[in-house]
Amino acid sequence: MRGSEILERMADSRSEDVAVIGNTDLSAADPHNNTMTEEGVPLLKTMEISVSEAEKRTGKNAVSMQEVYTVYLIETRPVNTISEGLSAAPDSLWRRYSEFELLRNYLLVTFPYIVVPPLPEKRAEFVWHKLSADNMDPDFVERRRIGLENFLLRVASHSVLSKDKIFYLFLTQDDGWKDVVYDTGFQAKADSRLKALNATFRVKHPDKRYTELKHYSDELHSVISQLLRVRAKVADRLYGVYKVHGNYGRVFSEWSAIEREMGDGLQSAGHHMDAYAASVDDILEEEEHYADQLKEYLYYSEALRAVCRKHELIQYELEMAAQDLVSKKQQREELATGTVRTFSLKGMTSKLFGQETPEQREAKLKILEQQIVEGEELVKTSNAECDEYVRNAWVDIDRFKEQKNQDLKEALISYAVMQISMCKKGIQVWNNAKECFSKMSH
Amino acid sequence: MERESLASAASANGSPAKTAADLSNHMLELDEDDDFEVFSKDATLTDASSFSASMPTSPASMINQYKPEEQDIKDVFITVDCPESHVTSIETFVTYRVITKTTRSEFDSSEYEVRRRYQDFLWLKGKLEEAHPTLIINPLPEKFVMKGMMERFNDDFIETRRKALYKFVNRIADHPILSFNEDFKVFLTAQAWELASHKKQGPGLLSRMGETVRAVAASVRGVQNRPEEFTAMNDYVETFSQKMGMLDKITRRIVKEQKEYLEGMKECGPVYTLWSGSEDQLVEPLKAIAGCIDNCCKVTEEQVAGLSENQVPILHEYVLCAETLKAVLRRRDNIQAEYESKVDALANKKADKENLKEEIGSLEDKLECANSTLKVDWERWKRDMQGDVKSAFVDMADTNMNYYKKLLAIWESFLTSQKTDVHLDKDTDS
Repeated sequence: MRGSEILERMADSRSEDVAVIGNTDLSAADPHNNTMTEEGVPLLKTMEISVSEAEKRTGKNAVSMQEVYTVYLIETRPVNTISEGLSAAPDSLWRRYSEFELLRNYLLVTFPYIVVPPLPEKRAEFVWHKLSADNMDPDFVERRRIGLENFLLRVASHSVLSKDKIFYLFLTQDDGWKDVVYDTGFQAKADSRLKALNATFRVKHPDKRYTELKHYSDELHSVISQLLRVRAKVADRLYGVYKVHGNYGRVFSEWSAIEREMGDGLQSAGHHMDAYAASVDDILEEEEHYADQLKEYLYYSEALRAVCRKHELIQYELEMAAQDLVSKKQQREELATGTVRTFSLKGMTSKLFGQETPEQREAKLKILEQQIVEGEELVKTSNAECDEYVRNAWVDIDRFKEQKNQDLKEALISYAVMQISMCKKGIQVWNNAKECFSKMSH
Repeated sequence: MERESLASAASANGSPAKTAADLSNHMLELDEDDDFEVFSKDATLTDASSFSASMPTSPASMINQYKPEEQDIKDVFITVDCPESHVTSIETFVTYRVITKTTRSEFDSSEYEVRRRYQDFLWLKGKLEEAHPTLIINPLPEKFVMKGMMERFNDDFIETRRKALYKFVNRIADHPILSFNEDFKVFLTAQAWELASHKKQGPGLLSRMGETVRAVAASVRGVQNRPEEFTAMNDYVETFSQKMGMLDKITRRIVKEQKEYLEGMKECGPVYTLWSGSEDQLVEPLKAIAGCIDNCCKVTEEQVAGLSENQVPILHEYVLCAETLKAVLRRRDNIQAEYESKVDALANKKADKENLKEEIGSLEDKLECANSTLKVDWERWKRDMQGDVKSAFVDMADTNMNYYKKLLAIWESFLTSQKTDVHLDKDTDS
């Protein structure tokens, strides 16, 4: 089974059903090793992972104030125990949303060339129903649980990300995980926002492929936002149409009291109208699931954008290093030949106030030579870094593109399936109502 | 889903609780927003003119002929079409072509074609109510439209009115008593100038004012011994009127919500198309979905039009009908009140007994006749109403069924186009 198919199944399930993993590779690594999996085999092939429950907790927050928050139960189980028929109890631990965020931030900094899977939204956006905006709303919590599970499965099925030790500990180490993450010092490695922004505007020779990718991720973000907004509006209106029909039920019932021949027909038709009105709740719940699938790719587009940004930064640093080297070489040449090729303040002042002594010049040249050697080294490493980044990133981008195409096509198809189910229900209800109406008089 | 418990949570936050139950009720509180037409209150207008001392034909003899089972023979066929606008120096108005085909001997010819305007229909109704105060006459469409006078000349409005006028005259033609009314014949056959001069005949202004005074006096006096069955009718009409009003409101509200849903849906297709411009592999499914949604919009538009053109007018007509029924019952009451007052007068006065006795005699006849015609016509009306309501709601169910069937076909064709093996029971295995 492909990882994405598992993911679809997981995303659909509302119960505590755990995904079944096809691969029963018994040569899975000992979970106590540092290398979590065999070479090239993502974690998910050897370990069953689920986010099975959500619970409310109360506690004191950072400023010693009482707060209510939700924790999610992560259950893991090595695959080989299942295949052997030993249904050992899964290992489990509770984590809250902020810990997932911490994990993701760590992954973003540690693997900047990977399109890191997104988390479910922090706050409910694009809601059509005011109640859904509440983080404590049971439906919101349920959808978040599914989204968190989806996130873990995506990471666990990624050939690079799943091998990370911190990720493994997130799934298995109950206490002190946070300290371990902070100890990696990943926060220091994070690029400052300002630095990244600077790079975006100053890169002189942007890689065409990355420019195109940047534009694509912006377009994807924009179009999915629009779609989500429109969909929310439509959902709200559909709700209205169905619910108003519920009033027919009430009025028919009241009216039937004064009608002798029509009474029965009206009453029973009224019940079908009530059923029709009630059916919209399930319909919209399923629609919400489609919206969640779109949202995942909305946030994925942000991850894609981050990869492009990192590339710009690396490119920019390379260009800066190269530029610096060129200017240093020029300085050396000027110093050596005594000619001023380009205008420089130093050159002018030396012309005005007299030139330096040969000893001074000799010293300067030596320093420059040293700097040039260092600069050449820097350019070499920057180049290598850039090349490696581009290579690695492009591999993951291709993987992402294929995953995206598959997932979104499946989402569109399941949307159509949903619509078909809605239509069939509608036909049935109105058929039933018609029968009742037909019996109303001779 | 526990929306009820969420309601309390939501109201604790001060935000409006939007539970399923709450929303349903909220859905009906939109009087101001709805585009309602104003009742023309035709019924009350004719209250005043409901007392005609002269009855064109002897009602007693008509009652004997009124056998509902025999009214299946339809021998008067009327069409109302070809609305035309006429502009004069004083006003602009619309006339409709009224063509009558009949085999009745009372008519000189077998085919007539005339042009009539709304005022003429109104006149006819008045005359019929005058002649038969306790017969239930189909309501006319309203005279005025609330929102903007110019709407009178809007095509949809004219078409809706035309359909209602067509129904109006045909109902009269089908009525065993009303169809033989002289004014009705004149309405169908007279040329414009003939009709105008005919209208000028009949009770003059002063005598009509006298009738108004008597009518008011009678209704003030009130009825003392109303027979049980008419009280029952009154109760029925009260409830019926209320329920019809609500059904009318609900149906209009559904049309409104569906239109807004349609507006929203229309925005979806273009976004999918826009998206397809950025993709390569996904171009085809995205364009296909955009196409599906556009087709869904067309189908929805048809459905909304169907509801607007059929169910809404029918339900609205019965709202007006309820007012007609109330007026008929009032008129019957007034006849009884007048009779009772004369009986009282006889008991008190000593002089002029003979005249009073004669008056009482004729009023007694009038009352008896009114009661009988009302009872019979009531049954006819109920039968018609049941038939109308049944077919209106059966049609509505059909419209909605066809709507969903068409949508189903659209989405199934999408699935086929994507060449998937998705079984709709979701039994996919790998």
